Amino acid sequence: MLDFAQNFPCFSIIICMMAGIITAALPRKAARVLNYIAILAVLGLSAGLLFYTMQTGGSFVYKMGRFPAPWGNELRAGALEAGMAFIFSFIMFFSMVGGYHKLKNEVELNKHKLYYIMVDLLLSSLLALVYTNDLFTAYVFVEINTISACGLIIIRQNGRTIEAGVRYMVMSLLGSGMLLMGICMLYDLTGHLLMENVHTAITYIVKTGTYQVPLIISIGMMTVGLAIKSALFPFHAWLPDAYGYSTVSSAAILSSLVSKGYIFLLIKIFYRVIGFNIICGTKIINVLFAFGLCGMIFGSVSAILEKDIRRMIAFSSVAQIGYIYMGFGLGTTEGMTASIYHILAHAATKSLLFIAAIGLTDVSGGNRSFFELSGSGYRNKIAGVGFTVGSLSMVGIPFFAGFVTKYLFAEAAIIHPTEKMLPTLVVLAISTILNAIYFLKTTIRIYTPEKKEIIEKKKYTSIVWAKQKAYSFAIVMFVIFNMVLGLMSEDILYIIQTGLRNFA
Amino acid sequence: MSRRISNEENEQRFSVRAKRFISGEQRKYREEEEIRVPLEYVPDEEKNKKNKEDMENMLSKAYDLDENRSLRFFRHFYRIAALLCCIMLVAILLIEVSYLPPVGSANKPTNNEVTQKYIEDGLTDTGGINIVGGMILNYRAFDTFGETNVLYIATCCVMILLLVEDKPMRKLLKMDDRSFEPKSDIILQKIAMFLVPIVFMFGLYVMFNGHLGPGGGFAGGSMIGAGLILYVSAYGTKKTQRFFNEKIYTIIKVASLCIYGVLMIYFFYTGANGLDNHIPLGTPGHIFSAGLILPINILVGLEVACTMYAFYALFRRGDI
Repeated sequence: MLDFAQNFPCFSIIICMMAGIITAALPRKAARVLNYIAILAVLGLSAGLLFYTMQTGGSFVYKMGRFPAPWGNELRAGALEAGMAFIFSFIMFFSMVGGYHKLKNEVELNKHKLYYIMVDLLLSSLLALVYTNDLFTAYVFVEINTISACGLIIIRQNGRTIEAGVRYMVMSLLGSGMLLMGICMLYDLTGHLLMENVHTAITYIVKTGTYQVPLIISIGMMTVGLAIKSALFPFHAWLPDAYGYSTVSSAAILSSLVSKGYIFLLIKIFYRVIGFNIICGTKIINVLFAFGLCGMIFGSVSAILEKDIRRMIAFSSVAQIGYIYMGFGLGTTEGMTASIYHILAHAATKSLLFIAAIGLTDVSGGNRSFFELSGSGYRNKIAGVGFTVGSLSMVGIPFFAGFVTKYLFAEAAIIHPTEKMLPTLVVLAISTILNAIYFLKTTIRIYTPEKKEIIEKKKYTSIVWAKQKAYSFAIVMFVIFNMVLGLMSEDILYIIQTGLRNFA
Repeated sequence: MSRRISNEENEQRFSVRAKRFISGEQRKYREEEEIRVPLEYVPDEEKNKKNKEDMENMLSKAYDLDENRSLRFFRHFYRIAALLCCIMLVAILLIEVSYLPPVGSANKPTNNEVTQKYIEDGLTDTGGINIVGGMILNYRAFDTFGETNVLYIATCCVMILLLVEDKPMRKLLKMDDRSFEPKSDIILQKIAMFLVPIVFMFGLYVMFNGHLGPGGGFAGGSMIGAGLILYVSAYGTKKTQRFFNEKIYTIIKVASLCIYGVLMIYFFYTGANGLDNHIPLGTPGHIFSAGLILPINILVGLEVACTMYAFYALFRRGDI
């Protein structure tokens, strides 16, 4: 008999799926309530699971059905998975709360139901990607993830989002196809789909030296496929439009969760399928390292050149994804830990930035151009505070989440044995300065007072705390979460390190 | 109460200045600020007109390949780069395939204990004669549940794009119009009258027979969906909507997926916790046997049929 807490991963996936299914038969308001309930239930279950795994200190596998592992499906949960699920559902909930007031204007009323279906199933697929212990299950849920992310983009129907949706679909399907081909070839070589068994077979293949070429190509295919889907630098062309023009909740969810789900799957593949020592012995991580460094620079440069605030934040994502892949490319446990911390920090910060930016543009007559935002931090104070906190965190000011990750990256680079140390530190410094240029420029702009005549002429409105309680609550929670990530790094690092140890 | 300090001094106090700064009223240092607030914009009619003309001129010339050299270069470059990328990918895949273990050899890695157990114990474990059915619906039930949800969410995505429920909007877009198709084609109707029942019967047979022979929910459901599409294209929407309208569609879709989900929760929970299974496996070969496989086949079949028909109807007329 299992402990009851071990059922939680399965329950949280199924709850989201059932919520998504039932929503199709519900009216709009009930759909919203059900969506909130589902996300909160997952939040509670993940918190319980995190507590349970930290108490036992290990990880466990959960048999999905009557048949044990190589024949049936299996889930696996440890501290890292539970923590990821907790943070994903937390960010998802407050993204939905913070973006709700805009949803009425952005989406047709009779399609709100479909929006909630997409969100529910997206969360279920993210959880499945986090918990799965089987490569083919991962692929099935990557499919659900892709389709629902596409739905989240195109549900706001204007020309730009349709174009962005098509672009996203093409790139994302290319990524899925490469992932599927990689998994198929790997199955042909190893005869297994379960992560542990594949790992054993790969260790054997590497030891005997047979099938070297197809093994490397399959690993490369899976890595490139997931890199395309999570917008690593040369494959990021779909990103700015998709994040910049979709609804605000969608933008927050897509930037902070969807790409992170794929990255987490890649970490799982590196650790549990291929084996960290084997992947560090190949040249693949050098490619990831180079692309990550390029992304850190070019994403920031694109963001500096951008005049539209939401596209600017979107381009900043390219740079931050670059950081994460740079951490992979270092090929050390420290680099990996820093990358995982950066996944959390970026998810927390980017959703805050998107949600705060919508408050700022709303009080500027809906105008997203950078020059129209003068003084908007005074007209919507809570959004101004949120944006400032987000900017400071992205730049890497102490007390906020971004500082910890920059520190961890620098530390990982300094103790790195090979010649990767110098480029990492130099690019890290340059990228930080570039980040500071575009984020602090925007912060100064929103706190530059605007002339009264212009405010009256352009009919800029002010909005106070009492009129946007849910929105303010979401911003406050995001700010607190950011501070928690920035100040309690010791405990979170402990969870990440425990989880990574359990991975191997 | 009298004031101890003058008004001007009061203005200089830190608390007052800070209050002003927070509320965005501070004006005093406007000229010294580094960022200048943009000058007031005065619209100029003539300039606007000229700008508009220029814009049109530019747009007409921008996509003209003779005028725009960079676009021409981009198009050539794009084609060549796309071709090179595809050739490279194909070459890599061919190289990989040539190194893979040969198909059909006995010591291929895929011939291992996994397939062996499926073939040897499949019948006793699942009760189904069709091993493939037992594999996808019993051994790997979670994957198949996910796959069914892929169909469901794909329909929802198409609905986001194509569903138009507003009546005046439908009229405006001429969505109920069939002007480009033959109306009441007598040959089609007569043939459909013969074919549709047969297609339905065969679809149901494949669906109900999934645990005994080749077939199952996915195949049977797509046959029923094809039968529905044939019916609607022969007899029109009005006749179809008498027995299959949006309400019935929603009920079937949601009910089948819900029951499927509940069965799956039961299956996962009892299986993982080692509880007794109360669903009898029955005698292999009988129609009511194989435990969960038969009901799941029916539910999957209903969902697939709904999906097929919904795709057709949404693409055809933006409504179900």
